[in-house]
Amino acid sequence: MSLRAVSKHFDDVVAVDSVDLDIGDGEFFALLGPSGCGKTTTLRMIAGLEIPSAGSLKIFGSEVGPLPPNRRPVNTVFQNYALFPHMSVADNVGFGLRMSKTPKADVARRVSEAISLVRMGGMENRRPAQLSGGQQQRVALARALVNRPKVLLLDEPLAALDLKLRQEMQFELKQLQREVGITFVFVTHDQEEALALSDRIGVMDSGRLLQVGTPEEIYDAPVDRFVADFIGRSNFLAGTLEAHDRVCLANGDRVTVPSVADGVVSVGDAVQVSLRPERVMIDRAGAAPEGHASLEGEVATVTFLGNSIVYRVALDWMTIEVETDHRPDLDRHEVGDRVAMWWRDDAIAVVRP
Amino acid sequence: MTVLPDADALETALGEAERRGEVAERRRGLLLALPSFAYMVLFFAVPLVIVLVYSFATRTSSGSTALSDWNLEAYRKLGEPIVRNVVIRSVVLALITTVLCLVIAYPFAYFCATRSATVRNLLLVAVMIPFWTNFLVRNYAWRLLLSSGGPISSFTESIGLGPTEILFTKTAVVIGLVYAYLPFMILPLFASIDRLDWRLVEASRDLYASGPASFRKVVLPLTMPGVIAGSILVFVPSMGAYVTPELLGGGKETLLGSYIVTQFLTARNWPVGASLSFVLMAVMLVSTIIYFRAGGKNL
Amino acid sequence: MSGRSIAPTTRWLLRSNSALVIAFLYAPIILLAVYSFSGSRIPGEWGGFTTEWYARLFDDSRIQKTIGVSVRVALVSTVIATVLGTMSALALERFKFRGRRVFDALLYLPIIIPDVTMAVMMLMFFTQAFDLVDLLFGLGLSKGFATIVVSHVAFNIAFVSVVVRARIAGMDATLEQAAADLYANRWQAFRYVTLPLIAPGVLGGALLAITLSLDDVVVTQFVAGPGSTTLPVYVFSLIRKGVTPTINAVSVIMLLASLTLVAGSVALQRAQAVRGRTNSE
Repeated sequence: MSLRAVSKHFDDVVAVDSVDLDIGDGEFFALLGPSGCGKTTTLRMIAGLEIPSAGSLKIFGSEVGPLPPNRRPVNTVFQNYALFPHMSVADNVGFGLRMSKTPKADVARRVSEAISLVRMGGMENRRPAQLSGGQQQRVALARALVNRPKVLLLDEPLAALDLKLRQEMQFELKQLQREVGITFVFVTHDQEEALALSDRIGVMDSGRLLQVGTPEEIYDAPVDRFVADFIGRSNFLAGTLEAHDRVCLANGDRVTVPSVADGVVSVGDAVQVSLRPERVMIDRAGAAPEGHASLEGEVATVTFLGNSIVYRVALDWMTIEVETDHRPDLDRHEVGDRVAMWWRDDAIAVVRP
Repeated sequence: MTVLPDADALETALGEAERRGEVAERRRGLLLALPSFAYMVLFFAVPLVIVLVYSFATRTSSGSTALSDWNLEAYRKLGEPIVRNVVIRSVVLALITTVLCLVIAYPFAYFCATRSATVRNLLLVAVMIPFWTNFLVRNYAWRLLLSSGGPISSFTESIGLGPTEILFTKTAVVIGLVYAYLPFMILPLFASIDRLDWRLVEASRDLYASGPASFRKVVLPLTMPGVIAGSILVFVPSMGAYVTPELLGGGKETLLGSYIVTQFLTARNWPVGASLSFVLMAVMLVSTIIYFRAGGKNL
Repeated sequence: MSGRSIAPTTRWLLRSNSALVIAFLYAPIILLAVYSFSGSRIPGEWGGFTTEWYARLFDDSRIQKTIGVSVRVALVSTVIATVLGTMSALALERFKFRGRRVFDALLYLPIIIPDVTMAVMMLMFFTQAFDLVDLLFGLGLSKGFATIVVSHVAFNIAFVSVVVRARIAGMDATLEQAAADLYANRWQAFRYVTLPLIAPGVLGGALLAITLSLDDVVVTQFVAGPGSTTLPVYVFSLIRKGVTPTINAVSVIMLLASLTLVAGSVALQRAQAVRGRTNSE
C-alpha cells in the first residue's frame, strides 16, 4: 500500500497534510499520535470513509482514492467495534459476505472458520450486548477478517478495554496477525501499544507524518523533539550543531553525538539533544569517569517508583530527570546532594527543536 | 519519493471525486427531505402566511373579507376593552393553572425521584397514561362529575355541605386545565429533580443548612430549569385552550381560544380572528425560546 | 443517601400528596366508566347496572359513521405522516443539505403552535385554495375527508419526526459506516442496519400520530365537511348540547381505544427497556 502526498481538508482545516507512506505486504503498522493529529482521518481515507482532497492512494498497485468503502479490499475494526446490536454474533460476522453475495454454503463455512479463529466458538447466537469488551473485540476482528481483506485497519482497537485485558489482547492481536499474514494498519495514541505491537510506526502530529521507522529507530533515533517527547520521556538540552558529530550545548559544553543523518538537521542549526532519563548515569559529584561528557548539579526531588528511582537534578541552566534502577548496590542520593551525570555518546539523539 | 507522471491529473481527479461525493451526499439529503419539506411549505407555511395577510385585511359589512385596503385595524381592535378583557382573563386563568400545577406537581416529582427504580417507573407510567388518554374524554369526565346532581354534588349534599354548583364557572375551567396539563408539569420536574446531584444536598447539610434551608438554597435553584420548562409547558396550552373552557366554562367565560373560534365561525370577522391567532402564536414562540434557553430541550 | 433523608412529617405529606395526585388523575376516568353502566337517564346519577347505552350506540348510525371516518382519517394520516416524518428525521439527523435549518425550524412550529391557530390556518388555506382552483379550473371542491387528512398530516409529520430523530440521535453512526465497510451499499446499509435499529422509534412515532389524530377536535372542526365529521367533533357538539348516558358510553369506547394505544406504547418501551437491560449484562 502506498500513499503519495495525500491530504484532507475539512473546510479550512487541514486534517492531513501531504502524507507519503509505504506499507509493505504483511506488515503490522502503527499510526501513532495525539488526538486530533490526523491519524484517524488517514485511516478513514484508507478505509474509504473519507475521500482524500488530494494525493494518490494505492493498494497493491491500483488506485483506490475515490472508491467508496464497499469497493475496497480493506476492512476496518472500529473504535467501539460498531457491532450491529440487533444481530447475533454469527450474523454480524457473516454480514460482509452476505452483502458481497457470497454463496450461502460458503458464508456458513467461512463464518464458523472466522469465529473459531478468534476463539469465539459456542457464542454464535449471542447478541453483542451479551458479550464482554474483549469478546466484542474478537467478534469485530472476525467480522473484518472473514472477508479476507488485503489490509485490515484497526481504529484504536484496544482503547475501550481495561489495562489487563488490553495486555492480553495485544498479545492475541500480534498472534492473529502472524496467523493470517495480511497487512494490519492500526491507529493509536498509546505509545506503549505501538511499540509493543508493530513492525513499524509512523508518528503523526498536526496532520503531518513526522517519522516512520521500526520501534527501536523511533525510540533511539527520533528526528524531532515532538517524536522524542511523545514516545517515552526525554530531557532536551538546547544547543547548536557544530559538526556532524558535535553539539555545543547552551552552557558552552561540547558533547559528542551520534553522527547526524542528512536532511534531519544541518551543521550550524539550533538543535536539541534528547537524553532519555534511564540512559543517564548518576553518582556523587566528581565521580564521573574520564572521557565522557558530564554535567553536575544538585538533587531537587527524589521519587521512588518501586523498581526505579527518579531524580530531578537542578543545573544552573535547566533541570534534568534521571531514572536509575532501585538496587541495593547503587548509592541512593538525597535532596540537596551534589551529583555528577554522564552518558555514553551513543545514548543520545540530536533532534529538530 | 517517486513522482508520478500523472500526479497533477490524479490530484484534480481526487478533488473532483471529493467534491462529487459531497454534492451527491447533499443531494441525497435534500431528496430525502424534499417530500415533507414541500408538504410543510404548502400545508403549513403557506397557511401561516395567509393568516398573516388576512390580519391586515378589512372586514366588509357583509361579513366577508376584502383583500385590499391593508391596515392595522384588526390589531388596533385588540386594545378594545372586550378583547382586552378576554386576553386578561385568559392570562389570569392560565397563570392560576400553572401555579396550581407547580404546587401539586413539585412534591409529587420529588417523591418520584426519591423512590426505588420500580416504584418510580410505576408512578411515571401512571402519570403518562392519562396523558395519552383521549383529551375530549378527559374533559367530559369532569363535566359529568361536576354536573348538578352529579357524583360530586350528591356527595357534598349527603355530608351536609349542600349541592356543589361549580360547573360553568372559572373554578371548573381551572380544574379541567390542571387535570389536562398536570403531566406536562410533572415530567420535566421529575427529570430535573432526578438529575440532581444529591451530594450537593449532603454538602449543604454538612455546612450547617437545615432541611428546609438546603431545599430552598440548593434543591430549588438547581431544579429551576425543570420549574421553568414545566411552567411553560402548562401555561402555553392553557392560554390557547378551547375545548376545556367550552365544556366546563359553558362558554360563559369567554377565553382567547373560544373568542378566536367565534370570530371565524359566527362573528365572521376574519381579520380580527387572524390577528389574535397571530398574537397567540407569538406568545408561544417567545415562551418556546425561553423554554430552550432554560435547557428545556434536555428535559 | 443522607441527602435524601426527610423528616417523618414531610415524608408523610409527600406520600399523601402523591396518593392524591394519582387519585385525581384516575378517579374521573374510572367514575366515567362506572356511570356508563348506570341505568339512570340522568348521566351523573346511579340507577342500577345496565348495558343499554352501549346497545344504543350500535344502533346509532350517525355515531357508527363518524367512528368510521375517525378510524380512516387516523390510519391514512398516520401512514403518510410516519413515512414523511421518518424521511425528514433521517435527512435532518444524517445529512447536510441546503435549507436544512429552515426545514428544521419549520418542523418545530406545528408542535408549539396552539390548536386554535392551526385550525384557523387550515380553514383559511382551504378556503383560499378552493377559490383558486374554482377560478382556474372551474372545479368546485369542498371540505371533507381529504382536508381532514391533509391537516392531520400537517401537524403529525412534526411529531413523528421528533420521536424518530431522538431514536436516530441515540444510534451510533459508525454502525452505518461499518456496514459500508462490509460491502453494503447505501440502500443495504439502510435496510439491514439503520431501519431495524430505528424501527421502535418509527413505531412510537406512529402511535403518537394515531393518538393525536384521534384526539383532535379543534382543527378537525374547522376543516370537516358536512358529510364527514370525526367522532370527537361529533361528540364535542353533542356534549355542548348536554350530557347524556349515550355520550358516557361512547366516551368509554374512546377511552378504550386510547388505552389500547397506551398499552402498545408502554409495551414498546418495556421491550426496549428489556433489550437495554440485556445490553448491560
